[in-house]
Amino acid sequence: MAQRITRDEVVHVARLACLTLTEEEVDRFTQQLGAILLHAADIESLDVIGVEPTAHPLPLCNVMRADVVERSLNPDAVLAQAPEVRDGQFLVPPVLGDQP
Amino acid sequence: MSPPTEPKLPAGWDLVVGLEVHVELDTATKLFCGCINRFGAEPNTNVCPTCLGLPGSLPVINERAVELAMILGRALGCQVNRSVMARKNYFYPDMPKDFQTTQYDQPTNSDGQLVLPDGFVVGIERAHIEEDTGKSVHVGRSGRINQAVYSLIDYNRAGVPLVEIVSKPDIRTIDQARNFVDELRAILVVTGVSDARMEEGSLRIDANVSVRPEGLAELRTRCEIKNINSLRSLGRAIAYEANRQIDLYEDGSAPQQQTRHWDENTSRTTPGRSKEDADDYRYFQEPDLVPLVPSPATIAAIDETMPQLPVARRAALVAATGADSVAARILVERAQDALALEAVAAGAEPNKVLKRLVNDLAVDDWSNLDATALAELIKMESAGALSASQAKQVLADLVESGGTPQTYVKRRGFEVVDTSELKSLLEQLVGDNPSEWKRFCAGDQVERKKMQGFFTGQIMKATRGKADGKMVAELLNNAALVG
Repeated sequence: MAQRITRDEVVHVARLACLTLTEEEVDRFTQQLGAILLHAADIESLDVIGVEPTAHPLPLCNVMRADVVERSLNPDAVLAQAPEVRDGQFLVPPVLGDQP
Repeated sequence: MSPPTEPKLPAGWDLVVGLEVHVELDTATKLFCGCINRFGAEPNTNVCPTCLGLPGSLPVINERAVELAMILGRALGCQVNRSVMARKNYFYPDMPKDFQTTQYDQPTNSDGQLVLPDGFVVGIERAHIEEDTGKSVHVGRSGRINQAVYSLIDYNRAGVPLVEIVSKPDIRTIDQARNFVDELRAILVVTGVSDARMEEGSLRIDANVSVRPEGLAELRTRCEIKNINSLRSLGRAIAYEANRQIDLYEDGSAPQQQTRHWDENTSRTTPGRSKEDADDYRYFQEPDLVPLVPSPATIAAIDETMPQLPVARRAALVAATGADSVAARILVERAQDALALEAVAAGAEPNKVLKRLVNDLAVDDWSNLDATALAELIKMESAGALSASQAKQVLADLVESGGTPQTYVKRRGFEVVDTSELKSLLEQLVGDNPSEWKRFCAGDQVERKKMQGFFTGQIMKATRGKADGKMVAELLNNAALVG
């Protein structure tokens, strides 16, 4: 059975999610993710030619709301949830790189 | 406000630019929740569980945002498609839910075009709906992200509806890049899609820049320039980046695909992160939102109610008033073209109407001024009853308080002193100053000029400046002939 995901891919995905994994965890997750992908690969044995890709499990579209203002949260209550606050803003550790 | 001269690229190289323009939509609320969409509020006051990404919250899309996005799409000649929202996953704190909801492979609008005022056509790849991210301020030694000690986050902007307009890499000069943004901004304003204020961040530009040897059709490695916050910066950033890439090629090296930041202070671009592959954002369809499927009737209704676009409005103004392209552009941009057209239709001299509006009506609110009053004012100016500077003052009065020009002409004492009044005044002055009069009548040209100045001055003094100088000169000369 071909390998579904490599160690390198697991390390890469972990880096994107800012996760630090031990060597042992990389091995374990490579195996576990591989098993999940193998399960999902079952679909490949089915003939899906001519089947519309599913956007959503519910047969709905255009579910929208009117552009009407609703009450926002009390900022004090919001900021009380944050580990650190300064000048009414969330204080977060420095991030390297820039926004997308 | 003359445009800066176009920076030159070295001979033998062609510039290739594509623009990505983010525009905040002019809605009352955010894209997926009922929080107020407003610039400049106190930090973190317009936030709720949905835009803070709190567990259990669910997004519901704002129908007005979808409508505005489709209006813009149609104004750009796009096809409006069935679309689905997608999650763009990344790990920056400006989105508390760790992804931005956007559109990926099925955008609302695709395949349009923007025609620049000179007729040059720039293709539009797509114009898709997405949410804005929160605003982060990096606090550190230099305020730059790479040297930040910590960052402060305000989520008021998180979830504000955006459309991102992606042009094809059709732009070949810096002027075209600037004109593209200018024309897009004009379209956004007349359609009411956005107020498109660069200074408030409701219109933001990224430029994809590459260069290639002249005449080649290939697309070479591009760099995406971010942090461009004015039209002036746009031109300078493109010029800097193109020259940087040319230098690399000429040194036998080559640029790397990357995101670069424009630094206004040093007038340079500096590298940000290496461009991640699209896969690195691990896009997938947003399971909490269902597809948007506009009916043909919806699209037809948008087309039917589409306001006249800037290109047509400029053409109409030029046709009716003989305006030059600069005046037409300014007045349409300020939405004063209808006022000009009405005033001209009411019989005001087109040239003077244009001049008055272009020069003296650069104000945010002129709702007190109606076209009839403007036409009357211009007619008074044309007839010589008001000087240019008087007309300008009365125009300011009309903008300030409305009403008719006559009210202010009277209040400011701008009524013209009539000829008979001037005549009797002159007779009296001649009687009081016989030697000056003699010197005026008999003197050489220099003497005559000097004495004309003397009498004119006296008359202006007596009328507190209300006499028409031209008329005074005429009366003096006629009187001298008679003796």
